[in-house]
Amino acid sequence: MSNIPTDLKYARTHEWLRTLSDGNVEVGISDHAQAALGDLVFVQLPDVGRAVAAGDACAVVESVKAASDLYAPVAGHVVAINEALSKEPELINQDPYGRGWVMRLKPDGATAGLLSAADYQKVADESEG
Amino acid sequence: MPFIPHTDDDVREMLAVIGVPSIETLFEEIPAGLRVQSLAEVPEGLSELEVMQLMTERAHADGRPKCFIGAGAYEHHIPAAVWSTVTRGEFYSAYTPYQAEASQGTLQTIYEYQTMMASLTGMQVSNASLYDGATAVAEASLMAVRANRRSKSARILLPRSLHPHYRDVTLASASNQGLKFEELPYDRATGQLAPGALSGLDGQDITALVIQQPNFLGVMEEVDALTDWAHAHGALVVAVVNPISLALLKPPGQWGAKGADIAVGDGQPLGCPLSSGGPYFGFMTTRMEHVRQMPGRIVGRTVDLDGRPGFTLTLQAREQHIRRAKATSNICTNQGLLMMAGTVYLSLMGAEGMERVAAASMARTEQLAQLLTAIGGVRRTFSHPVFHEIVLSLDRPVAAVLAALAERDIQGGLDLTEYYPELGNALLVCATETKSQLDIEAYARAMTEALRAVRAA
Repeated sequence: MSNIPTDLKYARTHEWLRTLSDGNVEVGISDHAQAALGDLVFVQLPDVGRAVAAGDACAVVESVKAASDLYAPVAGHVVAINEALSKEPELINQDPYGRGWVMRLKPDGATAGLLSAADYQKVADESEG
Repeated sequence: MPFIPHTDDDVREMLAVIGVPSIETLFEEIPAGLRVQSLAEVPEGLSELEVMQLMTERAHADGRPKCFIGAGAYEHHIPAAVWSTVTRGEFYSAYTPYQAEASQGTLQTIYEYQTMMASLTGMQVSNASLYDGATAVAEASLMAVRANRRSKSARILLPRSLHPHYRDVTLASASNQGLKFEELPYDRATGQLAPGALSGLDGQDITALVIQQPNFLGVMEEVDALTDWAHAHGALVVAVVNPISLALLKPPGQWGAKGADIAVGDGQPLGCPLSSGGPYFGFMTTRMEHVRQMPGRIVGRTVDLDGRPGFTLTLQAREQHIRRAKATSNICTNQGLLMMAGTVYLSLMGAEGMERVAAASMARTEQLAQLLTAIGGVRRTFSHPVFHEIVLSLDRPVAAVLAALAERDIQGGLDLTEYYPELGNALLVCATETKSQLDIEAYARAMTEALRAVRAA
């Protein structure tokens, strides 16, 4: 049973999104996603300043058995990336909602179309089933 | 497991399932004009004995000429141990095994190949080989676009003095993937990349500069200055090199202040016979920072559960069986058998043997150039130093001279008229350690006679 904090929003593609006090959003991958990928060995981060549309592939998380895209859950600009992941990709395995954050976006508009924790729980359950 | 073809019943059953009356129906969408109506040109099968007799007869029809053609494929001595090792049952396959880790011997050989190629090119990592030098340049161009994340232009600079086949293959396979290729001229006096070729590009977004050393015209490029120029302009450097030459020349990893970013080339000179044009193998090495953008397989060394050393395929997540359409390339197997020959060749020759081959080839070519240019009507086309290949300008059409040389059992070189018409009657010649003093003198005598014959005609 994976950990799905109720104060975050989620995308069907297993990203989580946290709205920060400055209006920017922090993005990472869910506990369910990190567990499905297994031990991460590499994270390819986007360039700061890059403009992304909702659904754009903008980072790659790679484990020993798979490499998956991380999709932007909302449109915006990349304002920060978690450089620590370059040296310690395992932070995503250890603390997916905290020190394992991937990037911060300045969103272009409202963060519509995302899932609540309860709805994402269903998505996670289905993909486990 | 025996190969069991479908029976007529199997075929009927499958057709019934998909609701098609005959196999022929499946091909109807191919326009009739494109379909071969009969295979009448293909002869009936022959027995092994008949094939041997036919091929021996045809080989004799060519005579036993001395070959002075290089142009990307070079005749070197291949120690007998190379192919007697490679054709052992344990190795005799073109493929990386599907259950790779069950074949520790094959993986160890690939690991040793990678180690030697990285060392030879002065780079940190090597893949397990590519198809040939031409596709290696195409793959390196695609890789440079992935690796150079600061550049948005996907612009690759290709010298006109790059091997023409490498240029053609690279344009054919990468142009449709969004890459833009631009040709850089060479200097007509020196044969090097023209000094002004790059000056117009200052301030522009360039993804990579391809540098062949020595270039197709045999001439040594100013690799340090070119590499530094590229890096100062945010471009990566793709080095295209002859592995034998690296026994004497500075390896790409040491070009300029930072070294080239990707090194590629054809591995044929390492133990692969000329054999009517192939198969050969391509190689690719790079710096660790780019390893995830490198196509092809990589073997790594590891330890098993009991702490014993072993070998394994590594970084597979970027490959097509896992990453699907987003894989770094569609290369799944490689030229395993030829790569194996290259590995055995390198092991047998060692650093000292390689140096002797390279030095002897260079000396033979210089000797040949001196003898040939002493003949009236033959001169060096370019002023700059060469490795083991040189362009000569003749005062008669090259095709006629080559035909007259062939009558004297000399394959005199490559006629450049088709590839570089601007050079006029230009001939690319090469001598390796396989040519003796007598061979070279015989070529010079034959050239004197051939020119006389052509003039008289």
